[in-house]
Amino acid sequence: MPRKNSIVTRLVSVIVFFSVVIFAAALGYNYERSRAMLQQELESNARSLALSLVNRVEIQLKAVSKVAEGVARALETGNYSEEALHALLRTTVENNPEVYGASISFEPFAFSPKTRLYAPYYYRKNGKIAYDRLERSYQQVPYLFWDWYQIPRELGSPEWSEPYYDEGAGNVLMTTYSAPFYREANGSQRLRGIVSADIALDALTDLIASVKILKTGYTAVLSRNGMILAHPLKDAIMNETFFSIAEARNDPALRSLGQKMIRGESGFVHYTSLVGITSWMYYAPIPSAGWTLAVVFPEAELLENIGKLSMTMAAIGLVGIVLLMLAVVLIARAIIGPLQSLTEATGRIASGNFDALLPKVNSHDEVGQLTRDFQAMQTSLKAYIKNLTETTAAKERIQSELKVATQIQASLLPRLFPPFPDHSEFDIYASMVPAKEVGGDFYDFFFVDEKNLCFLIADVSDKGVPAALYMMVAKTLLKTEGQRLGEPDKILFSVNNILAADNENCMFTTVFCAILDITTGEVRFANAGHNPPLIADARGVRYLAPKPGLMLGALADTVFVTERLTLDQDGILFLYTDGVTEAKSSEERLYGEERLLKALQSAPRQPVADMIRYISADVAGHVHGASQSDDITMLAVKMAKKKPAQPEQ
Amino acid sequence: MGNLPLQARAADMPLKRAALMPLWSPQAQFAGYYVALEKGLYAQHGIDLKILKSGPGCSPVQALAEGKADFAVLWLSTALLHRADGKKLVNLAQMNQRSSLMLISKKTAGIHTIEDMNGRKVGLWEGDVSIPLRTLFAKHRITVREVRQSHTVNLFLRGGIDVSSAMWFNEYHTILNAGIDPAELNTVFLSDEGVNFLEDGIYAFEETLRRDPALAGAFVAASLEGWRYAFDHPDEALDIVIRSMREAQLPANRMHQKWMLDRMRDLMLPEGAKTVLGQLREQDYAAVARAMQKDGSIKDYPDYAAFTWSADAAKK
Repeated sequence: MPRKNSIVTRLVSVIVFFSVVIFAAALGYNYERSRAMLQQELESNARSLALSLVNRVEIQLKAVSKVAEGVARALETGNYSEEALHALLRTTVENNPEVYGASISFEPFAFSPKTRLYAPYYYRKNGKIAYDRLERSYQQVPYLFWDWYQIPRELGSPEWSEPYYDEGAGNVLMTTYSAPFYREANGSQRLRGIVSADIALDALTDLIASVKILKTGYTAVLSRNGMILAHPLKDAIMNETFFSIAEARNDPALRSLGQKMIRGESGFVHYTSLVGITSWMYYAPIPSAGWTLAVVFPEAELLENIGKLSMTMAAIGLVGIVLLMLAVVLIARAIIGPLQSLTEATGRIASGNFDALLPKVNSHDEVGQLTRDFQAMQTSLKAYIKNLTETTAAKERIQSELKVATQIQASLLPRLFPPFPDHSEFDIYASMVPAKEVGGDFYDFFFVDEKNLCFLIADVSDKGVPAALYMMVAKTLLKTEGQRLGEPDKILFSVNNILAADNENCMFTTVFCAILDITTGEVRFANAGHNPPLIADARGVRYLAPKPGLMLGALADTVFVTERLTLDQDGILFLYTDGVTEAKSSEERLYGEERLLKALQSAPRQPVADMIRYISADVAGHVHGASQSDDITMLAVKMAKKKPAQPEQ
Repeated sequence: MGNLPLQARAADMPLKRAALMPLWSPQAQFAGYYVALEKGLYAQHGIDLKILKSGPGCSPVQALAEGKADFAVLWLSTALLHRADGKKLVNLAQMNQRSSLMLISKKTAGIHTIEDMNGRKVGLWEGDVSIPLRTLFAKHRITVREVRQSHTVNLFLRGGIDVSSAMWFNEYHTILNAGIDPAELNTVFLSDEGVNFLEDGIYAFEETLRRDPALAGAFVAASLEGWRYAFDHPDEALDIVIRSMREAQLPANRMHQKWMLDRMRDLMLPEGAKTVLGQLREQDYAAVARAMQKDGSIKDYPDYAAFTWSADAAKK
């Protein structure tokens, strides 16, 4: 199952969402358009259907009205005896199947001065032609006051009656066409009576009801009073008018629709039908009777097909979206799958497992490229790490070796102070702080004989291991030659020749070599290019100015000169290497000879170890944490008291 | 009379047979009587009532005279006319407290006042029901071209007459439900024109009352109860009326009957008026009688006390 924030989930939800929106919009649009098109088509269909129906009804009505008119005109033009009158009426009914019944109803005393009312009536009864007299058959109200007689009489024009139940005479629901007929008398037309021809409403409504409109559509007919004459709602027929239904529904819109209908207008409307179903209706007048014919199409049925189509489309769309979703999932999985395994693998690599297997690559897409790049990176990383491991191991070995070397070097320099506890004539102290593990500076002191103490300080021109090795050689040579020769110039001369003889590496060393006669305080010294030492005695602190001399190893057969001075009691000779004076502060300022001089002036002098520590501290204060660039070496010799001169042997 | 309730049959006294003839065929105008019958109110009052068929061609007065009917619903003017003719009709209860008779014309006819009707074709019903209209025309000294009006409004709708007689509770609504809007009509209520001829009342011959005053009292009480029930339960009353109409094979339009029942309530229990259901007020009686005497319809009229009868008064 994809996680909530996974790319697959997001991809699927976004694509599905937009697909649904687009599809729904398309479906909705399609539905509305189809509906509008259907409506247009429906209107023209409804119109032609309604008009054809109107036409069929009109043909019937016209046929009946023509019959009545024909009889009326015949009566106006001819003189009919009672028998002829009856024959005319009877054959008229017989020969016109659409006529239910017909009468010739006379005005009072118009038929004969002896008879007030006279109205023969022939009509169909059980498939035969029956005969009746309306002046007798109407029990309560004389025919003169029935609508079918009275209205055309009052209006003086032929008229279709409002449908009525002809109680007493025809005894069916009928509508009657009444044609007045006249007699010329004294130059004016006098109404003689009314020829009526009935049409049974059933015949008309059956004709209309026989037209099927869809499954639940129907045709309705309204009289000119809005009375419902034909309608699937049987109870409403001849009971309800369009307006009473509008009143019952409290629907003024329905009422005004009804008014349009009975006024002889035609139209196509969307409304709630009398049976309460949302429908489309086309209505048109049946002109001769002033009725209205309406063709009603239930909307639901019309939209059924569109609805079905839309449902099918929706189903297709739904399946499509599901398929699309699956496709997206598959594609996304295909892309995301390798990415996920790559993510897992790179996760393992990130946690340090460089041997983690990257997923196999079969594709040439971006993910494949990414995997291949990761593989390359992994290989490079592994090689690099291996190299780094080896290098580190080598470095560590060298470092441990260097440490050993430092220890060895340190052990080579005399470190035990005081070195000669049984000699109180002098005090000596030295220190060396190498800049790297092994230094190029060194010092040494040893007795040449019983009263001569040789002490020296040197600075090899290089640093590190080569310098250390060189220093070893130099130190060893200086001690050996020092003990053999016993004079500084000779020592330096000899050692120089040895070093210079085989100096392929062009390494040099400066040396200040001195021999103290501990009995007298006399110091013989020779300088091979080393910094001038300082002397501190009763006269103060000052730099010596020895002959500079050439450094050892540079040139064979260099001649050095021994110089002399005498240390008084408490006089101190202070040797140092350039690591002291050239110690750099973090601002690159050198410690300098001036400062060294001043430091020595204020340094304690007893014992000399304290003096050296004081200088060390002062240098350290100057350097103040900056990295040490050169070995710092100092050596101080103080004359304590003169050894009593031993008797000459 | 198969619809009598059981408790009535179980009553101690045998039911007295009686017959009522309304003024017209079954409709909500007579809802109270049909409801009282249907709900067994007459039986509860010891009456086995039969409501006679009425309608076009039927005369309730004649039915009373022939002894076919014991009670009839008549208009006050009709009753006075026949009383003047020697028929001893007595008012047992007055239903309408105000005339619902009206004259309607289409606005297109341009008839705004009663004087405008002079010489125009006016539809008048056959018989006594046109007395108040003739009284009105006489009062305004106009002559109209009388056209006998049938029980349909088609003659008016088609333009065969300029003015139609109408009952507010009946024809007026029929015209509205033929698609004519009230705004298209000019109407004149006779009650507004000083011709407040009260209509429906319950009448019987003096003879009948003398013979069995208890029956008359019971009949009036049951009828009034029927009316009250009808007004309190209009839907049920309409169901009963429509069923009666169907039985009489008459077209039945519920909305029309509803209108009629609502208007009957307005006429019988006018809002704000100090009238009692069923009571004929002396001043109303006198006004009608005097108007009829004045226009010559009747020469003389009985005292209010002689013309009216009530069960309470009869006991005294």
